[in-house]
Parts: sequence; structure tokens; C-alpha cells
Amino acid sequence: MKILVCISHVPDTTSKINFTDGDTKFDTTGVQFVINPNDEFGLTRAMWFKEKQGATVHVANVGGPETEPTLRKALAIGADEAIRVNTIASDGFSVAKQLAAVVKEGGYDLVIGGRESIDYNGGMVPGMIAKLTGANFVNTCINLEIDGNNVTAIREIDGGKETLSTALPLVVGGQKGLVEESDLRIPNMRGIMQARSKPLTVKEAVDASSETQTVTFEKPAPKGAVKLVDNVDDLINLLHNEAKAI
Amino acid sequence: MVLVYTESEGGKFKKVALEAVSYAKGIADMMGTAVTAVSVNGGDTSELGAYGASKVLEVSNDALNNFNAEAYADMLSQAAKKEDAKVVILTGSANCKFIAPLVAVNLSAGYVPNIIDLPSSTSPFVVKHSVFTNKAFSTTEISTDVKIIGLAKNAYGLKENQTSITAERFSPELTGNSVTTVVSVDKATDKVTIADAEIVVSAGRGLKGPENWGMIEELAEILGAATACSKPVSDMGWRPHGEHVGQTGKPVSANLYIAIGISGAIQHLAGINSSKIKVVINTDPEAPFFKAADYGIVGDAFEVIPQLNEKLKVFKAQNG
Repeated sequence: MKILVCISHVPDTTSKINFTDGDTKFDTTGVQFVINPNDEFGLTRAMWFKEKQGATVHVANVGGPETEPTLRKALAIGADEAIRVNTIASDGFSVAKQLAAVVKEGGYDLVIGGRESIDYNGGMVPGMIAKLTGANFVNTCINLEIDGNNVTAIREIDGGKETLSTALPLVVGGQKGLVEESDLRIPNMRGIMQARSKPLTVKEAVDASSETQTVTFEKPAPKGAVKLVDNVDDLINLLHNEAKAI
Repeated sequence: MVLVYTESEGGKFKKVALEAVSYAKGIADMMGTAVTAVSVNGGDTSELGAYGASKVLEVSNDALNNFNAEAYADMLSQAAKKEDAKVVILTGSANCKFIAPLVAVNLSAGYVPNIIDLPSSTSPFVVKHSVFTNKAFSTTEISTDVKIIGLAKNAYGLKENQTSITAERFSPELTGNSVTTVVSVDKATDKVTIADAEIVVSAGRGLKGPENWGMIEELAEILGAATACSKPVSDMGWRPHGEHVGQTGKPVSANLYIAIGISGAIQHLAGINSSKIKVVINTDPEAPFFKAADYGIVGDAFEVIPQLNEKLKVFKAQNG
């Protein structure tokens, strides 16, 4: 089984979000970049398939050379090879088109991406890859078992979960549940050393238009001070009469 | 034409679906056109007219009895073509987020989710949506002929707009060759979901252990609220993963979010930021949550919550 894990290079979850160039670009000053958390759950599940079922695991992203340390981290966690599509990721649809070209060329049986990236929250790349490559698709996937070509997946639905039967080739929009938080791996020194000599292929981008263009960014207005009360009667009164929330 | 997919459950339209119809009517008015809703096994569709739909396509097809993303996406794409829709509106529900990217590819349409307001202009088509898990907003132009909109919950609200509505049967051609089938659904039908809830009651490590959630569940029941929890609580297995809210968990866009014994890590606050009113109850006055909340009580949950529950029962009895 050949697996491709799509890796988005995103600001750490604790990052302060600022914009530059007249609020048209994300300000990367002082920002630590990481593997998108939803992708990391998928990568860790892919490592399980590698170790238990002999799968080959490749990782790919779309971005400039500055994203390579994130791919190297994925290699240090245990992926076999990395692919960077050398273009600026402008919107979800164009990223999906680039990755679909990688998937078609590489003949992957299983593609795992995150349910969404924590930067632009588009949540569209895995579904679009599936549609563009003619694969089956399971979104918000919290459990994935593969036996030959047969797949049993559990997906999160509003208020519960749903068990699905499907087949390879498959694209998964993954999240926590594919593995637990405690299963995530911190690369060890050996992994980091090995990652330096693993293949990281730079691919030129295919011709793909963007369907959307960012005009500007803005931050939410600063919040007013909290109203502190010292008894529940006052709280109920405020929630009812002032906030009209109960 | 503006097309809106109206999800229903048990023959009743979801509130987010009615919100989406209200929003569709707002866009249709800007564009000088009308709203067509699409309903699958939706029961009485006349309700959609109250929010501005002038036509509804009533779909029934065996391939749609269980949720199958491919079949639903194909059905919606065919409906959009039939109606010559320039804008297709979906919500942020789990199923809508599943099918939206498939519809976007089918229609070669730009898709923007988490939209919080009407477009600032429809030519060019410019929308505002939340990014960085509610830590920022982006104003984005969709430049394709057909636009797919993912409307954020509780952002636009319900707007009544009584319109004369006609129903039409719609039979999409679904090949039914998807190999994906539903084996089983595990869903508590007697509980409010976080996705649909107006009020969410959430608790964290301050509760000290899973055995202490009785009072949280009681509070949720009194308020008709959904229960949620912080990340450490779900990581420790005190509560199911489905209750974890925050950046890597579920987003919460409720009218009222009550955080009990949750300090307010930046990732948690990001996930609940689009809720309208936030209340924090915490022993530590320095907890970051107090900076993000509208109302707060510095106090011990084990004292405050039982009192709150008793007083709320009285309040509910008096105020219905």
C-alpha cells in the first residue's frame, strides 16, 4: 500500500496572528511553523500502517523552500520520502489541483490530509483531491482500518459518529481520533539524522488557476472588559436582561 | 438564481438551514434574483417560504436515504445546473463540509467556508470569512462564474421574509455506483449537539475528575444546552472526544458559552471565539479566560454550580 500524507505548513497553535503589507499578507515574523495538527494525526496513523502492514509513506506539500523544515520533520517522524510542489499556496482549490497531480503521478492507494488546516480553515483540499482523482472520500475521519482493498472508516458527524464501509483508492480528511494525542511522535535524534538523507523531491507546479483571491485580512475588534459578579443571582439577571442569552 | 441546501432531521429543518435560507434571500436581493431551496426528505417545505425561498426542489431518491457524500454532491450539482444557480449556499454542518468540496469540483466553482456576513459586493463577489480559527478575518474575492458559500453558524441569524413558495419534485440522475456505504450510525438522539446548540456548557480540569460531571450535565439539561469540554479533559478520557472544543476539536458558535474550570488556553479560546456571550467560572482570577469573557464569577465550581442550578430551576419555572 502506497500512502501519501498531505502536510500543511502552519503557524504553531500558540502563534499571535498579525498581518503585513497593508494587511494583505500573514506576518511570519517570530512565528514558529509546525505540521498542521490535523495532518499530524494522519501522518501518525500512516506510520502505523507502515509498521504493521508494510505500507510506504510519502509526504507532500505545496509551498516555497521555507516549508522544507516541516517536511523534514515529517521524514524524521518516519515518512520515507517527501515531495514539495514548488509554488505559493494561493487557495485551497489550487493546492488540491497540485496535490491531485502528485497523487495521479505517484499512484497512491491512500491519501490522508487533515480535516482542515489551522491557518485558513478551508477544509476543502482532501475532498477536492478525491473528486479530482476519482477516489473515494471520507471526511472528519476518526478511525481507519484497511484490509486489502477494503476500508472500514468511522467519521465524526454532528452529535455522534458513523461507520462507513468503502474501498481503496481513498482520500481521508483526518483529525484527532485517527490516533490519540499520546500516540503522536516527537522525532528522536536517529530519526532526525536519517531524515537528512531521505529523498526530498522538488516538483514544478502544474498549471492551476486560483478560484479565490484574498483582498485583505483584519483582526477582531478588541474585547471589552469582563463583568465580574460575586453571586449567581446577578449572573442570571445579567444573562437574562442584559445579554438576553437565557 | 441563488440555490440553498436545506438540511433537515426527522422531517424538521435545522435552524442553520433556515439561517442559510435567510442569508440566501439577502444575496438574492443584492443580485436581483430569487432563492431556490433544495430539500431531501424534508417534510413540510412551506416553512422555507417564511425565510425568503420562492421555490423548493423536493428530492427523493433511494440513493439519498442514507447520507452518501458523492450522491448528495451530485444531486446538488445537478440542481445548481438545472436552476442556473450562480451562488450555492451550504452551512457549516459536518455533512455540508463533507460535500462542499465535491460540489466545488463538479461545478468548477470557488468555495469559501466560514462566511460571516453578506457579500460586500456581488460584482466582483467579495465575502468576509473567519480564518486562523477565529483569530482573524479575511476578505476574499470569488472569481468563478459559480460561487459556493459555506455560511458560518449564528453569524447572519434568522430573518423572516414571507415569500410565496412553490414546490417542485426533482429527480436527479444518480448512478449509485459509489462503493461507500453506511454500516451504522451512533448518535444520541436525546441530546443537543454542539453543532446545533444555542447554549453550550463546557468544563475543564477544574472539575477534578469525570465523576464530577453530574452537575455540569444538570446545568446543561436545565438550559437545554449541549455539553462540551477542554482538550486535557478529553485527552485524559474523562469525556468523549466528540465533546472536545477548541482549535483541534470542534468550533463553538453558540449564543451562550459557559466555561467552568477552564483556564482558557489560546487554542481553546480560538475555538469558542465566535460564540456571542461567554461566561467564565474559575477559582483563579488570573485565568486567561477572564480576558476573553463577557461575564465571570471568580469562585469554586463545586460551590457555584449547584447554586446556579437551583436558582436557574426557579428562573426557568418563572420564565418558561
